Amino acid sequence: MSFELPRIPLGKGIEATLDFLVENLAFATRAFSTVADQGLRFIEATLLAVHPVLMIVIVTALVFAMTRKRGITVFTFLGLGLIWNMGLWVATVSTLSLVVVATLIAITIGIPLGIIAGLSEWVYRIVRPILDFMQTLPAFVYLIPAIPFFGLGRVAAIFATVVFSMPPAIRFTNLGIRQVPKELTECADAFGADRWQKLIKIQLPLAKTTIMGGVNQTVMLALSMVVIAAMIGAGGLGSEVWRAIQRLQSGAGFEAGIGIVILAIILDRLLQQLASKKR
Amino acid sequence: MEKIVIKNVVKIFGDHPKKALDLLLQGEPISEILNKTGNVVGVADVSFTVNEGEIVVVMGLSGSGKSTLVRCINRLFEPTAGEIYVDGQDVCQLGTKELRDFRRQKFGMVFQNFALFPHRSVINNVEFGLEVQGADKAEMRQKAETALEMVGLKGWGDKYPSELSGGMQQRVGLARALALDPDILLMDEAFSALDPLIRRDMQDELINLQQSMQKTIVFISHDLDEALKIGDRLVILKDGAVVQIGTPEEILTKPATEYVRKFVEEVDITKVLTAESVMKKCQDVAYLGSDGPNAALRKMKKNAIASLFVVKKDHSLAGIVFANEVRDLVDKGESDLSIVLHTDIQKVSPDTPASELFPIMQDMSYPVAVVNENDRLLGIIVKGLLFTAIAERGGDT
Repeated sequence: MSFELPRIPLGKGIEATLDFLVENLAFATRAFSTVADQGLRFIEATLLAVHPVLMIVIVTALVFAMTRKRGITVFTFLGLGLIWNMGLWVATVSTLSLVVVATLIAITIGIPLGIIAGLSEWVYRIVRPILDFMQTLPAFVYLIPAIPFFGLGRVAAIFATVVFSMPPAIRFTNLGIRQVPKELTECADAFGADRWQKLIKIQLPLAKTTIMGGVNQTVMLALSMVVIAAMIGAGGLGSEVWRAIQRLQSGAGFEAGIGIVILAIILDRLLQQLASKKR
Repeated sequence: MEKIVIKNVVKIFGDHPKKALDLLLQGEPISEILNKTGNVVGVADVSFTVNEGEIVVVMGLSGSGKSTLVRCINRLFEPTAGEIYVDGQDVCQLGTKELRDFRRQKFGMVFQNFALFPHRSVINNVEFGLEVQGADKAEMRQKAETALEMVGLKGWGDKYPSELSGGMQQRVGLARALALDPDILLMDEAFSALDPLIRRDMQDELINLQQSMQKTIVFISHDLDEALKIGDRLVILKDGAVVQIGTPEEILTKPATEYVRKFVEEVDITKVLTAESVMKKCQDVAYLGSDGPNAALRKMKKNAIASLFVVKKDHSLAGIVFANEVRDLVDKGESDLSIVLHTDIQKVSPDTPASELFPIMQDMSYPVAVVNENDRLLGIIVKGLLFTAIAERGGDT
């Protein structure tokens, strides 16, 4: 005698939901498409407008101006030079543009959400499990819904990257707001500050360092995701890695990988510098 | 004039304030209420008033509800029951926006751990209250500078709080409250985090400032010495309820309960007893011009004293005469008492603390005269009297 437990149609349900969303959220996906695509084109065009050597000098000068540190400045110069030398300049610019656009979208949504979660206990209670879910779900899974929404290509890659890299922006902002000493917010209240004044004058400035830490995390996650997103047509360094894997060219694979590492280190140091800037 | 009226204020922390309130009104002790409902009674039916220009110190040990009580006054904490009137307005009835305006206009608050904003410079900290009010920039800066000057921090505006010592930080905290020129200062253990020497300085400074400002001040403290020093009146709290309300003198000399008495025992009584409280009435004086040596001698004999204070017609103190010298005058048949009048005598004001009286009285052979600002003789202090007063009120120490 066989007794079969009816299978809960979780997958089917999700599929149906996605189908429904694809059909009914067309306006939103189109808006997202436009923003992402235009942003991407613009940044890419700007970065490629000048000759790589000149660009390397400009970026190096910028890094020095922002950090005033010799180590990272020299590293930037040599690192970017190496990338150019390996013939990965265009791919790197493409990856960087993707990261920048995805990060910008992620933090424009993530920071306000984090602020709301930091100020409201019940919003936090709803947001927290969603964040846990988002961060434990394997990164590849995000690629799947991206395709029906946006088709193969860079916009789908950006979408998956945004979803994947947003949680730290929300989490850190929430944490930063909550970490503001209670006596300081109480003091602001005692002097008759309204909610907005309290947020702008006290809570956000004091949470700034933590929020910047979240932005840093978001950038790093975005960078790691664009490689995976090469599977759905992100292009850039990621697709170089994929091509190398498929052709078993370990050398080329490592070269692209090193390119990503160089990009990551420069971005990380720059953002850390921004975060630690006093007042 | 009554500035703040606090009427039957109760503050209960927890999920069932209503139930806890009922129990409290039935007279359950708060430890029982905690057992039964899990709710903490912070303030249990407190009533008192604060008059305009008065410093009232709310005193109690930690957990006595004093900080909770002061936060009820400007509704940083929502009172569970009771009424709080400031200038006749029931604070508890104010809506969100009205409350905000009320806080901006009426209250300046100073916090135990300073609560300075670390990301703002000293001057920006002081400006905070004005900035929140939307004050004009130039006016704001000028008021903030004035406030900084008042607390002795002129020229420190560009520093950041972390660059300042604890004492200076609290001066900034005080300046931030003063910059608004509020009617009422709420000071929550304002000096408790400072080390003793700095604390004493700040207390003196507050007393000095208060002489020119005449603010209404509610000062929270766990330190009885501090309370007695700066308070016009004290409200002593225990377990959220008032144990005694009174002037420093009343608290010291007539402690209402054993609890207050225990507190008082630890106070250095010589700092708080004043000349006024230990002096006695002068039984008799000689009047300059109308009393001759004979009359003066008779008065001394009658009261069995060896010296006699002499006052002028307008009752101001002229000096003192001594029995042996007056007898010489009588023997010589002189009629003018002023020949033996000593005018360079030691006088003290009524608020001179007993501790300062000791060195003065050390090697004096006659009583100290206590005079008011018009030099009128209010009373005298003899050495024995001082010791008796201290022994009586200082308990068994």
